[in-house]
Amino acid sequence: MASTGTTTPHAGHADVHEHGAHDLSFWKKYVFSTDHKTIGIQYAVTALCFLLFGFFLMMLMRWQLAFPGKAIPLIGGLFGEGRAPGGTMLPTFYNELGAMHGTIMVFLGIVPLAVGGFGNFVLPLQIGAPDMAFPRINMASYWFFFLGGVTMLLSFIIPPGGAAQSGWTSYAPLSDIAGSGQTWWIMGMVLLITSSLLGAINFIVTTIQLRAPGLSFFRLPFFCWAQFVTAFLLLLAFPPLEAAGVLQLMDRVAGTSFFLPSGLVVSGQALQVSGGGNPLLWQHLFWFLAHPEVYVLILPAMGIVAEIIANNTRKPLFGYRTMVYSLIFLGFMSFIVWAHHMFMTGMGTTMAAFFQTTTMIISIPSVAILTSLIISLWGGSIRFNTPMLFALAFLPMFGIGGLTGLPLGLNITDIPLHDTYYVIGHFHYVVAPGTIFALFAGIYYWYPKATGRKMSETLGRWHFWPSLLLMNGIFMPMFLTGLAGMSRRLADGGATYAFTKPVLHYNQWSSFSAWGLALFQIPFIINFFWSMKNGEKVDSNAWQSTTLEWSAAGSPPGHGNFKTIPTVYRGAYEYSVPGAAKDFTPQDQRS
Amino acid sequence: MSDIPIPYTVAPRPDTGLNNGKIGIWLFLASEVMLFGALFATYILLRTGATVWPHGREFLNIPLATTNTIVLITSSVTMVMAWYSLKMDRFTQFRIYLGLTILCAFGFMFIKYLEYSHKFELGLYPKTNTFLAIYFTMTALHGLHVVGGACVNAYLWGPGAKLWKTDKEQFTNRVENSGLFWHFVDLVWIFLFPVLYLL
Ligand code: HEM
Ligand SMILES: [Cu+2]
Repeated sequence: MASTGTTTPHAGHADVHEHGAHDLSFWKKYVFSTDHKTIGIQYAVTALCFLLFGFFLMMLMRWQLAFPGKAIPLIGGLFGEGRAPGGTMLPTFYNELGAMHGTIMVFLGIVPLAVGGFGNFVLPLQIGAPDMAFPRINMASYWFFFLGGVTMLLSFIIPPGGAAQSGWTSYAPLSDIAGSGQTWWIMGMVLLITSSLLGAINFIVTTIQLRAPGLSFFRLPFFCWAQFVTAFLLLLAFPPLEAAGVLQLMDRVAGTSFFLPSGLVVSGQALQVSGGGNPLLWQHLFWFLAHPEVYVLILPAMGIVAEIIANNTRKPLFGYRTMVYSLIFLGFMSFIVWAHHMFMTGMGTTMAAFFQTTTMIISIPSVAILTSLIISLWGGSIRFNTPMLFALAFLPMFGIGGLTGLPLGLNITDIPLHDTYYVIGHFHYVVAPGTIFALFAGIYYWYPKATGRKMSETLGRWHFWPSLLLMNGIFMPMFLTGLAGMSRRLADGGATYAFTKPVLHYNQWSSFSAWGLALFQIPFIINFFWSMKNGEKVDSNAWQSTTLEWSAAGSPPGHGNFKTIPTVYRGAYEYSVPGAAKDFTPQDQRS
Repeated sequence: MSDIPIPYTVAPRPDTGLNNGKIGIWLFLASEVMLFGALFATYILLRTGATVWPHGREFLNIPLATTNTIVLITSSVTMVMAWYSLKMDRFTQFRIYLGLTILCAFGFMFIKYLEYSHKFELGLYPKTNTFLAIYFTMTALHGLHVVGGACVNAYLWGPGAKLWKTDKEQFTNRVENSGLFWHFVDLVWIFLFPVLYLL
């Protein structure tokens, strides 16, 4: 068994000698580990670094949007004449930043943290398993992710083209004829897809096969259900994007024309290709992945929030079964709504009617889950600790994100809103103050399990309240600029259009809020490292919780998680059961 | 290492009736179906949208492809026989059948090589037209799968076979899973052949 020290790669360097009791070498234990807990932490730490990096890219973009054409202060000189002559950002550089911000945030930040990090660390513990079903495949999954990330990062410095510039959506034909960075983008994506494929198989098999005796599907914590459904989405939605990536690669390196129509003219010259391809094909293949992908971004977040709300209201979740059925239904439906991203392509009324209908239908289960979570608060004696604050903030933030999505799901309202900042505002509400808040909540909540200590509540509050305020400061104005017609992906934030003049000053609000948000992540970063050594020590059940990860002895539990496989006697949320000795009854407690 | 071994790596879990590896391989195949499904969908979309569509039967080599179809079907049969031999506890026989399966894979790739090089000699490349683009892309991706399957089988034939001495059941399971993948690769070809060569 591992001793109680931290298992983060950082602390590992210093502690390895004291931990000599374990017969594994440093490399086997912290780097090429097959233990799901270590892999989870590797995933989480790597993903947090990528999130920070993506955040930096975004802060540069926000300068350009607030003060278009002005030299970037202080650091402007660092980017070289090719990107920012005299410190002033070129549009091509803005495009690099935009495409890579989107890609990094989605594929290298949120998903690896939500699924690779939390899923890996928590899921096997919550189902009472000694590890994932395939520990070595699990390790491979992390390393494919890592390589994919490195490929994406290196693309910035690989000549001649720099990083991809065609947006995270890589729409053809632009992406077919774009600079060399796009090829690296595809390579990176193929590695990431491989990683998530390996991960998804592992998660599904683990959930089906390694549930502890007595842990029937309807006793699973909601978090496990969320991961389970997410894994199916990853498993089935990514391969079409992989196919699309292969086709695009062929277009770029073998000269085919899958996405290039006949007679395409670029910069006044006819393109010398065979033609006959279809640019819309890319959009279909891309969104067939990317719509389920948005549920990959949100379902694990809902799972985390559900755990924390049940724990801190000291009440069972309201409508647990409804929530589970909604989740499954949502999973199915997410495969047949993709073309609501394509109303602008002239798809015809029959198709549009179909995709509008499915889109309205899929909003129902999301609302059911959110409503259940809100009703769960009713009559609880709520503990307002930091994880709970973030979880509570998730509800209205995700609510705003979801509700502003409805007009985008209807043809008639989407056409004027499409590709404006309204869309940027909408999905960022879902993923930034939505998912990211849930992920923060999860970090504060499971940190004691990973390290044996709680994070500081004071610093937690210094992180939470300003972040909540500033997140809204960033994204609320985007609805206004978007409704006024300001287009997205413009390096000057719409400054050349007369009709955006009255709203352009909101860009500065957004930008100052964004930089402010960066400042108030510092308490979190300090908290994260400081608490490893100095946080309040806790026993293995830090939050008096019912689920199995807290029954596993030790924080973190040793290799193998449990001394003996636990037996489960009850559902996941038996809080405040009348007549029980305490206000929580762990799942593995007989009576 | 772990004090508790991971459950159901070999024996099936009573309530699901399956072991971990079996579910794993089926899930993997499901994702493969999505991969090739997307490519077939691409084929349909491009073809229905095309004003002229060159027909494969006019310039692809149907006799060679027919031979290849027979080669692959044979290899699927020998694959089953290899697994069955293990079930019957006849290890030498297993080696022969699995060896034949691997040989068939080589044969398939060799014939594919003849076809490809002939096309290149005639100046027919992926970039020549959209039909050839999809033809080369799909058959090459399928070819990669054949090579992948052959590598796994070669491993099970060679170094991987050591497991037979210590854990017969697990080894048999591995061969079974590899076989499932092999049948899938075969099945993809059964679709590719008519779609690209005949229709
Ligand atoms: C507080 C943090 C964030 C801020 C201030 C921010 C800001 C921005 C801005 C200014 C754009 C560019 C809009 C344009 O030029 O059209 C953008 C695009 C984007 N962001 Fe964020 N973002 C944040 C977090 C995230 C997160 C967490 C995700 C994760 C999913 C994300 C995903 C995207 C995507 C996918 C795009 C589209 C990129 C493209 O057009 O190709 N962002 N964001
Ligand atoms: Cu969508």
